[in-house]
Amino acid sequence: MNESFKIRVRGFCERHFSAVVEVNRRYAAPRIKVTPLVSFSLLLLRIYLLLLVGILFYKFYTLVR
Amino acid sequence: MNLLSRTFYNSRRVMKALKLFFIISGPGIIVMLADNDAGGITTYAATGAKYGYGLLWFLVILGPVAYYVQEMTVRLGAVTKRGHAEAIFDAFGAFWGWFSLLDLFLVDWLTLVTEFIGMTAALAIFGVPAWVTVLVVTVAMGAMVLQGRYWTWEKIAFLFCALNLVYIPCAFMVHPSLSDILKHGVIPNFPGGFNNGIFFFLMANIGTTIAPWMVFFQQSAVVDKGMQEKDIPWGKMDTLVGSIFTVTVAIFVIIVTGTLLKGVNVESAAQASIALMGINKYLGTLLAIGLFDAGFLGAICISLASSWAFGEVFGWAHSLNHKVREAPWFYACYFFTLVTAGAVVLIPRAPLVLITLFVQVVAVTLLPAALVFLILLLNNEESMGKFKNTLSQNVINLSIVIVIIVLSTLYGISALFPNLFK
Repeated sequence: MNESFKIRVRGFCERHFSAVVEVNRRYAAPRIKVTPLVSFSLLLLRIYLLLLVGILFYKFYTLVR
Repeated sequence: MNLLSRTFYNSRRVMKALKLFFIISGPGIIVMLADNDAGGITTYAATGAKYGYGLLWFLVILGPVAYYVQEMTVRLGAVTKRGHAEAIFDAFGAFWGWFSLLDLFLVDWLTLVTEFIGMTAALAIFGVPAWVTVLVVTVAMGAMVLQGRYWTWEKIAFLFCALNLVYIPCAFMVHPSLSDILKHGVIPNFPGGFNNGIFFFLMANIGTTIAPWMVFFQQSAVVDKGMQEKDIPWGKMDTLVGSIFTVTVAIFVIIVTGTLLKGVNVESAAQASIALMGINKYLGTLLAIGLFDAGFLGAICISLASSWAFGEVFGWAHSLNHKVREAPWFYACYFFTLVTAGAVVLIPRAPLVLITLFVQVVAVTLLPAALVFLILLLNNEESMGKFKNTLSQNVINLSIVIVIIVLSTLYGISALFPNLFK
């Protein structure tokens, strides 16, 4: 029962998300030459987005409270 | 005789150049005028009503800002033959790709809802029910893309771009004082001093001038139009002309409300149109038509930006030159965003004000990423070759991008915490 459920879920995912899996496979690795400038920019972008998410959560928290 | 033949030769050269420009132009002019969408017109109307002509100089500065950002998309699209979403996936991998694609879809969908809000509000002034507006707009936008040619779509879009210029005669109808415009609007100044209120309006104007969907739209449109590297100078010219138009329209909207509604608290362009109808019936009517057109123009570009992006990434056929049976997913995506966004406006007591605020917040999560990726891609010598950014272009673009990121972020935060800058 458990095994057939797993097979069914896998089949569902393969049928419906195969396009997503294919996109992930095709673009698995960045093709741009990762210079120090590129990695620094991406790091800044990550920090920026984390800060924004933090602000959004804070707003949500103050709204709920 | 020599002079005559030379004049004839020169005039033929100019005519030929103009003809070529009209063939190649399109994405730049359309994206720039679509930038004056329903939200944009509301911001300009509110700016004029609040500060009169005092901030006209700031709009003039925003013209080159918009040009420099959008010009990069022309080069990137013409050289790589890829839309911005696909370029991000390819260069930075799946994580940043998915982040940009899903964020773009969310921003586009929310912005599309605001365009429908603008259009229904504009036609409600003439007594048209919201459901009729949504239905007619959806059918019209469907017909625009289903005819199966990018060329035809572009020419129809040009018609709506021309209608966006309706604000220019409107400004002449209000008989503004030229000396007042020159006195208060040309020299940079902050009416009433630099305070939180004026800072909010400056941020709002920047937020409406550079939107993330514009970057994705123009690059995809350049690719769909089939522009080549040799067309880049014409593409830049197209963008330059578009940026002049967008600033001109913004200035004329400010002149209208700055002349007649100064001191009135304007919260939407529809409200401004109704107020102006009390002063001059024709003026208010033209303004309402302009607002509907602004929303329509924004909607036709925004819905395409998402469909192009999904098509590029998933490898679907994604050109307006394809028929529905050749690109079913591309058109399905287009109609899905269009119909669902339109339906939201028809839901009774839908939180439309909240959606409008939420657009600003979500946009600031995508705009910095899109602009940073743009700069990095334009510096990639491997793919851009001789079209990569020069040192001076990098200095200008980087300065612009940093200022935009800081101000648009503050604008987004001010939407979350309204009392912060008041």
